Amino acid sequence: MLRSLNINPDKCTGCLQCEMACSFENEGVFNPAKSRIKIFTFHEEGRFVPYTCTQCDEAWCLHACPVEAIKMNRETGAMEVLDSVCVGCKVCTIACPFGTVNYNQTTGKVIKCDLCGGDPQCAAACPTEAITYVDADATGLEKMRAWASKTDNQAHAN
Amino acid sequence: MTYVIVGAGPAGVVAAETICKLDPDGQVVMVGDEPDPPYSRMAIPYLLINNIDEQGTYLRKDAEHFGKAIRHVHGFASSVDAEAKTLHLADGRKIDYEALLVATGSKPILPPVPGIDGERVTTCWTLEDARKITATLKPGASVVLIGAGFIGCIILEALVSSGANLAVVEMGDRMVPRMLNETSGELLKKWCQEKGVNVMTSAQVESIEHHPDKAVVKISGDRHVDAELVISAAGVRANADFLEGAAVELKNGAVAVDRHMCSSVPGIYAAGDAACGLDFSTGDYSVQAVQPTAVEHGRIAAANMVKHGSVLHQGCINMNVLDTIGLISVSYGQWQGVEGGDRTSLLDRDRFRYINLQFDEDTLIGANTLGVTQHIGILRGLIQGQFKLGKWKQRLMQNPMLIMEAYLAATQGA
Ligand SMILES: Cc1cc2nc3c(=O)[nH]c(=O)nc-3n(C[C@H](O)[C@H](O)[C@H](O)COP(=O)(O)OP(=O)(O)OC[C@H]3O[C@@H](n4cnc5c(N)ncnc54)[C@H](O)[C@@H]3O)c2cc1C
Repeated sequence: MLRSLNINPDKCTGCLQCEMACSFENEGVFNPAKSRIKIFTFHEEGRFVPYTCTQCDEAWCLHACPVEAIKMNRETGAMEVLDSVCVGCKVCTIACPFGTVNYNQTTGKVIKCDLCGGDPQCAAACPTEAITYVDADATGLEKMRAWASKTDNQAHAN
Repeated sequence: MTYVIVGAGPAGVVAAETICKLDPDGQVVMVGDEPDPPYSRMAIPYLLINNIDEQGTYLRKDAEHFGKAIRHVHGFASSVDAEAKTLHLADGRKIDYEALLVATGSKPILPPVPGIDGERVTTCWTLEDARKITATLKPGASVVLIGAGFIGCIILEALVSSGANLAVVEMGDRMVPRMLNETSGELLKKWCQEKGVNVMTSAQVESIEHHPDKAVVKISGDRHVDAELVISAAGVRANADFLEGAAVELKNGAVAVDRHMCSSVPGIYAAGDAACGLDFSTGDYSVQAVQPTAVEHGRIAAANMVKHGSVLHQGCINMNVLDTIGLISVSYGQWQGVEGGDRTSLLDRDRFRYINLQFDEDTLIGANTLGVTQHIGILRGLIQGQFKLGKWKQRLMQNPMLIMEAYLAATQGA
């Protein structure tokens, strides 16, 4: 059974532990600016919203890549960037309608959430269970899917 | 069912693969005139600076990929007999089809100036061009680039990083006039000039004189520049000549297609740079000539070739991303705005950062940015989702950088 990140903004306190854990796991530094998960703060509403890639079925990033540098990991279901193949053209960053692929100017490659290979550190670090790693069916992916169907240009013909 | 695809670029390859998935029993023949395995033109700039080798440009890395379900035939399609449903190749071979896809892309047009056909002038369009350029491109080599459009600017990056002494001649009044507005186009020019590139806008190449050791490029306003290499990137035209006898309707020089990617002749479809397809933003038909559009076209055309009417194209959003010596620019949809629509922008001239958002009532319809890389795709999400932004429109009008927040508010009621 595939698992995915379940995000519950109501439980988020904005502590940024997830961003720290993500950047440490993936970039070797404690620097929220290098995190693949991001907490958005809504001052007026007093709300914090953690946000990252949902590994969507449409995989816009994967299809947009001109050189096959984004592949699906069959075990985790995550779309992974192959650094050795990525040329840094950034087409995936503009093609992903969720804004979850970012260009890293230091490496000249793109970065995105890869579920840490099946042990997402953001979920492990979250003290309030605002981010959990659970069975894919149980997550709030439905909203994303609803959105995706609205923009569905792709050939899902059977 | 026999499917024949002309052109082995991204549109052709994605269409071929999609057909194989949807109709595993179908025969798929892909005809391409380039000698190399299918590759991505987009990757050429990275080849020029040695970031990748030629293999790094290949669309599919598995050498066995073509030749299994997809038959890859090397040859040049010279004409189509739409009555008999036969494709003729230049070498005399004939291939019968039931559904035909025109995925022949486009080719560069050379500006009509004296000397343009000389030895030192090349385009930067194919792997073969890339080989020619790499042979001449040495640190300190003087290079003249004709055209600072999207393709010109992509090459510009590679030319500068390989240490060339570069002069750029652009006819328009700013850089990338079809992707950036005055503010961002001007700022990009300033950026290039600060990096030592000689950028001439509202300028025209008048002639190219060829001497044994160099070419002399004469430019309007009594200017001239010596060059070891002249690269022409002055626009493209769809490869549609071979359709002449088939009465296929053209628009803007490319194959006019409907929302099933079908041409005016039943059974003949088109995709990618060779197709004049639906634009999501304008509702008009146009040639976008970008990679994401080629791929989307390829998939939709394929589905309709397998089962006509199965997928209706919603239109592609025109989108571009450009990295010019480290300054990243992006454009989406109707960045020029529409009549009666509101616009907002934020400019930090010193840091070369800019964002321009365009609205129709309270939905986002287009944007340009300079120096913005984080979460940039959300602009596509906002535009394509056609979200009514409500109070977030006002917030964006005040601070256009709040695009992620506006998106979360629209989709999650944050
Ligand atoms: C240097 C460069 C950089 C680029 N960078 C970007 C970028 O950063 N982002 C972006 O979105 N786009 C970019 N593009 C544009 C992008 O490459 C094209 O939009 C894309 O290649 C279109 O795909 P296509 O399959 O329609 O056509 P092509 O890729 O052109 O493929 C068509 C194929 O058909 C073949 N063919 C043509 N006529 C015939 C015939 N009669 N018989 C047989 N075969 C034929 C051609 O030789 C070619 O191999 C770039 C282009 C270039 C040249």
